[in-house]
Amino acid sequence: MEKDKRKIVRTTAWSPGCGSHGGCGFKLEIENGKLVKVEGDECHPWNQGRVCAKGLALTQYVHHPDRVRHPLKRVGARGENKWQQITWEEAFDICEKKLKEIREKYGAESVIFAQGTGRDIGGPITYLCYAYGSPNWVQIGLAGHSCYTPRQGAMFVTNGNYTMADCSQFLEKRYEDPQWVRPNVIINWAQNPINGCFDGFYGHWIVDCMKRGSKLIVIDPRVTWLASRAEIHLQNRPGTDGAIALGMLHVIINEGLYDKEFVDKWCNGFDKLKERVQQYPPEKMAAIAWIKTEDLIRAARLYAQSKPSAIHWGVPIDGNPQGTVVAQAIAHLWSITGNIDIPGGNVIAKAAFGVTTYPFTSQEMADLYGEEMVKKLNELRIGCDRYPMIKGFRGWVQPDVLLEQLETGKPYKVHGAWIQTSNPIGGQAADPKRHLAALQDLDFIVVVDTFHNPTSVALADIFLPAAALSEKESFRNWWWPLTNMVKAVDSGDTKSDWEINLEMANRLTTGPIRFKTVKDLIDDRLKPAGITYDELAKRGSWYAPKDGSSVPYYRYETGMLRRDGKPGFDTPSGKVELYATRYEEWGLDPLPYFVEASESPVSTPELWAKYPLIFASGRRVPVFFHAEHRMIPWLREIVPDPVIEINPQTAKDLGIEDGEWVLAENNHGSAKFKALLTPTAHPKIVSVGHGWWIPEAKPETPGLFDNWEHNCNQLVPMGTQSKSGFGGGAYKTSLCRVVKIGAKDSK
Amino acid sequence: MPRKALMIDYEYCTGCHACEVACKQEHDYPVGKGGIHMNEIMTTLPNGRLRIDYIPFPTAYCDLCAVRTKKKGETTACAKHCQAQVISYDTVAELAKIMENKAHAVMFTPK
Ligand code: SF4
Ligand code: SF4
Ligand code: SF4
Repeated sequence: MEKDKRKIVRTTAWSPGCGSHGGCGFKLEIENGKLVKVEGDECHPWNQGRVCAKGLALTQYVHHPDRVRHPLKRVGARGENKWQQITWEEAFDICEKKLKEIREKYGAESVIFAQGTGRDIGGPITYLCYAYGSPNWVQIGLAGHSCYTPRQGAMFVTNGNYTMADCSQFLEKRYEDPQWVRPNVIINWAQNPINGCFDGFYGHWIVDCMKRGSKLIVIDPRVTWLASRAEIHLQNRPGTDGAIALGMLHVIINEGLYDKEFVDKWCNGFDKLKERVQQYPPEKMAAIAWIKTEDLIRAARLYAQSKPSAIHWGVPIDGNPQGTVVAQAIAHLWSITGNIDIPGGNVIAKAAFGVTTYPFTSQEMADLYGEEMVKKLNELRIGCDRYPMIKGFRGWVQPDVLLEQLETGKPYKVHGAWIQTSNPIGGQAADPKRHLAALQDLDFIVVVDTFHNPTSVALADIFLPAAALSEKESFRNWWWPLTNMVKAVDSGDTKSDWEINLEMANRLTTGPIRFKTVKDLIDDRLKPAGITYDELAKRGSWYAPKDGSSVPYYRYETGMLRRDGKPGFDTPSGKVELYATRYEEWGLDPLPYFVEASESPVSTPELWAKYPLIFASGRRVPVFFHAEHRMIPWLREIVPDPVIEINPQTAKDLGIEDGEWVLAENNHGSAKFKALLTPTAHPKIVSVGHGWWIPEAKPETPGLFDNWEHNCNQLVPMGTQSKSGFGGGAYKTSLCRVVKIGAKDSK
Repeated sequence: MPRKALMIDYEYCTGCHACEVACKQEHDYPVGKGGIHMNEIMTTLPNGRLRIDYIPFPTAYCDLCAVRTKKKGETTACAKHCQAQVISYDTVAELAKIMENKAHAVMFTPK
């Protein structure tokens, strides 16, 4: 093949590389077979030419000297960081042999298949997991599985589908499309979206709407930039989002501000909801949330009286004590005001052309793998016996139950782990030391990643190097439009997640081999769109449907939401279920309610006396995603250290100066941070970033890249999951105290 | 040639740092050197609320993307990638006209 000296390749961003939840159209500039520059694709409706800081640093990620570029076999003890380079054939052979041995001896369920946050990994990891025959697809250590799925589940039971604040993202012409109406008001709830593209939502779409006149209500414990631009800012106590939602429902219902016609025609259970919310008057809810009653009331009125208005939210909702209940209450807000699937409201998100990248609902799982298979998997999936919602919604293992099972070996022992694009020990796992101890017992662990990290060094027996986004063929259909990733440069001796997992699946499957190449597999998944991988690439790597069920609006009237083609919502009753019959079926309260976190100023006053600050982890910055990117010079330069945001008065009382190293500690553990004194912090709440391990520090145990110095999840316990099994991870609600540890520049 | 400049609509600058990295990529600037530096300014308003403003400042290393703008006729790297689309590159006269209608804006004339 003749090498072009310089060429432009249009592709889609979805990890590894810029890392985040992705969707940007990229124009990659390739010179002599090497990636030299990233530009945004102006024609792409998703990002319209822009690329964020992480994407613009892609060349430094792809060409990074520390990237692992060949398969490795551990030669020392786990944690010694001693490796031997092996070939892919050797690596695949070892994995095949070990995994077959474990399956024969203990059953396929005794191997868990772990991913990190939802990205390009969801497709390949589930494909391999199910081909091997294990039901155990998991995010290790994600307490309460408190990310996305709780909200998704609540919307599924209430609205029958996922919804998003309508920023015209389902229209090819975007803001220019005459069908679109800008939301008059957007509630930006528990997220700072300007930091990236969380949950597949390009954060700056909110700013695009503001520039077109949308007003904001911001609900956030911190004074973010968005909060400083909001009409109303509710600076609430973490873990009280449910109280605010119930208080707002109280106002909207009792003052008659809801959409009566919509409620009569399209909702069930309104009277029961009305009765329930009487327990939650705004005065009481505001006091719980540490906000002013009049602000709560004003927010409720402004939202309800500004139709169309939209709600955009983030992962802290899931971490509320009863995450699925809080999400349900918030879904009721857009439901009773009739702000659902209307222009400028909360628009229903459906995958373009119905193409599935990886299963987002149980129905999609059944469509991909068959009803029988799903039933079989659910019998042994970890957590299914205890939590009907875990069994009834999607295919995840319940992570808190997994940890117990790792420790007790009951009801069955886990023997192996395939950990791919995930660094639980340095990232998402709450109580990471407990996880490390529990995982060390396993017979065989594979880690697939791009760089070594605390998890790979501590645990991997085999390390498989993954290709970056510019080096692989894949596809993405996280709603809209349908996109793919093109192999713009050679991947060297690395392989894509899909390549690795297809090869392993074909070696391990007990059924027929369906696909020889990744392209065959993608072509099969793309069939509903009537397009092949190559054709999609030729179109510039994106394809937007002109009509069909993924194109808004008012689809509950046209019958586009239900499989039977009847008008209505895709719920058992065909209505928006304010009274959730699916929750009832799962043994849960069908109506929303409020509970305190298990550790909080209210529920544990004695602990609060000792640890008088709320420890909110997971503070995002625009230059890192989770536990990634600390080794990228252009990004690390912007945020060099793990910081803790402290209100200046609080810091003064503690004798802490700006830039000084401090220790945050509580009944669960401790970690070190650099104090950042800022009036954006509430006097009683400190915020820290997560995922801080130091790539330039010593890799081997015990240090693991200074993981135990800075990993904030040491202060977060496991075992606080919601009654549904989804939600409740105390990532934002632990208590702590902050103490001085010394001079400015020492650690 | 009329003088060219950058205008920042700082009512909407979110402080996302994309302009900084865009500039670094464009010029292959190493750590410690950059054509634009984002600043944070906090003001307590008379009503007690905090106002946060972000203003990127083009440094001595800003060459208004000479190669890109002159040879290729494109806009500057920072303007193209600005996440909030608040950076405009044009002549001083044109930008001054746009500024008339902005709530908050500032013009920089790097050389
Ligand atoms: S916005 Fe998301 S997809 Fe786009 S470059 Fe940034 S991280 Fe990547
Ligand atoms: S105009 Fe070009 S050189 Fe100047 S700050 Fe922007 S990107 Fe950098
Ligand atoms: S890219 Fe734009 S929004 Fe972001 S900091 Fe720079 S000027 Fe501000």
